[in-house]
Amino acid sequence: MHNDNLVEIEDVEFGYGDRPVLKGVNLTARRGQVIAIMGSSGCGKTTLLRLIGGQIKPGRGTVRVAGQSLGELGQAGLYRLRRKMGMLFQFGALFTDISVFDNVAFQLREHTDLPEDAIRDLVLMKLHAVGLRGASQLMPAELSGGMARRVALARAIALDPMLVMYDEPFAGLDPISLGITGNLIRRLTDTLGLTSLVVTHDVQESLKIVDYIYFVSEGVIVAEGTAAEIRASDLPYVHQFVHGEADGPVPFHYPAPSYADDLRLEKQRA
Amino acid sequence: MPMTCDWKNSVLKRSIENLGNRTLQGVWRIGFAARFFVAVLLHSGTAFRRFGLTIREMYFTGVLSLIIILVSGLFVGMVLGLQGYETLQTYGAEEALGILVALSLVRELGPVVAALLFASRAGSAITAEIGLMKATEQLSAMEMMAVDPIARVVAPRFWAGVISMPLLAALFSAMGIFGGYLVGVQLIGVDEGAFWSQMKSAVDLERDILNGVIKSVVFGVAITTIALFEGYDAPPTAEGVSGATTRTVVASSLAVLALDFVLTAFMFRGLN
Repeated sequence: MHNDNLVEIEDVEFGYGDRPVLKGVNLTARRGQVIAIMGSSGCGKTTLLRLIGGQIKPGRGTVRVAGQSLGELGQAGLYRLRRKMGMLFQFGALFTDISVFDNVAFQLREHTDLPEDAIRDLVLMKLHAVGLRGASQLMPAELSGGMARRVALARAIALDPMLVMYDEPFAGLDPISLGITGNLIRRLTDTLGLTSLVVTHDVQESLKIVDYIYFVSEGVIVAEGTAAEIRASDLPYVHQFVHGEADGPVPFHYPAPSYADDLRLEKQRA
Repeated sequence: MPMTCDWKNSVLKRSIENLGNRTLQGVWRIGFAARFFVAVLLHSGTAFRRFGLTIREMYFTGVLSLIIILVSGLFVGMVLGLQGYETLQTYGAEEALGILVALSLVRELGPVVAALLFASRAGSAITAEIGLMKATEQLSAMEMMAVDPIARVVAPRFWAGVISMPLLAALFSAMGIFGGYLVGVQLIGVDEGAFWSQMKSAVDLERDILNGVIKSVVFGVAITTIALFEGYDAPPTAEGVSGATTRTVVASSLAVLALDFVLTAFMFRGLN
């Protein structure tokens, strides 16, 4: 039976040491969609991507990608599955000791026996798709932040993956690069038939390109819906997030003991 | 004074907790380092199947260390020539200068000083490189591309260090002997025939040269393991990488000196 869901996360719990990060998360990503995972910094969004990539394992619950439960896969099986995944890290994570061309060619050389001529053509096609064919011989240090992320995107799609994950693809970009990156995510998803999972807190840019949005707060999904539903939502958390309000369900202050106790005001009076 | 007493108790408690934490962390790190070393050995296939990767790293760790090794070897040999001559001439044995220079270098100074220089020059560079690759998520990116960073990044550097170290030590010793020759024979005027012939008859291939090579291989294993582990385990921050680089130089230098004592005790025990 063909399953329309590429990624399925069921009742997943995860923590670093004693600190719980995810507390029973359920999430599905349908094939061909751009899904956004939003939430404030430190709420567990990137942890979700790492779980889907199999870099960490959940304490409870299951993570399935293309019908395969990651918890049941050994390293060889995980690596086979990862060849069908691409990941765009926050600042690109390009290999700084090799050129743009070699970065994009990296997976093709590692995982295929293609002749160098074919690799050259494929790399130039991928770079052309992100508008950087002319930058193929540059070194990563010569690229701007936006260009580095586009090269990383070309590298992520080098093996024509079924799933591409983006960790904060809009962070620190100027408005032009931001628009370019957003459009690329949408266009590549549609033309290559990918499924895209975008972890971001850039509400305005994301709402333009995504099909479905999950809001994560304090380790649980607090809201979900299409872009239109999210815009119209009157949930306090979503309202605070979409409108960038400083205080609300997400408090301004990190949990702390009483201010008076911390300053030892009572003891001094005594 | 209840407040002072509380304060003392809490300081004492914190100190004991810190001590316990540091001990646990130290034991954990030793265990992790041992597992890391085994993982590097088990994932070394790529380093040999695609030997070009190892050759490339040998260029960075070995070839780029040549200048410091050769120049240091030359000066150490020249100093040995001067100091050795001063002492030997007191006993009228200045013609044994060749033996003194060669044995000092081949048995001890060659492997040890070359290893200390290698730890400072190449070890620190390896730690900084791996640490920054981790901090900039390059290692995670590689994992996500289904490429094992231990096999692709760490193992070639390990074997490059292990292969480079004895070659560098040999070059250090050769340059040192040349430096001793320059000072002893060309500058001071020790008999050239006696310098070389006594050296040739006194230096034994197995006892001296092979043992020197074994020492430098062991030093190579120790330095590259420490350097790679420190880089791999470095906290992904500027401060973390800087601390790891310092620890590499300190720990690998101490490891070289300690291992040298142990190896010397086993190799040259009972020799005249």
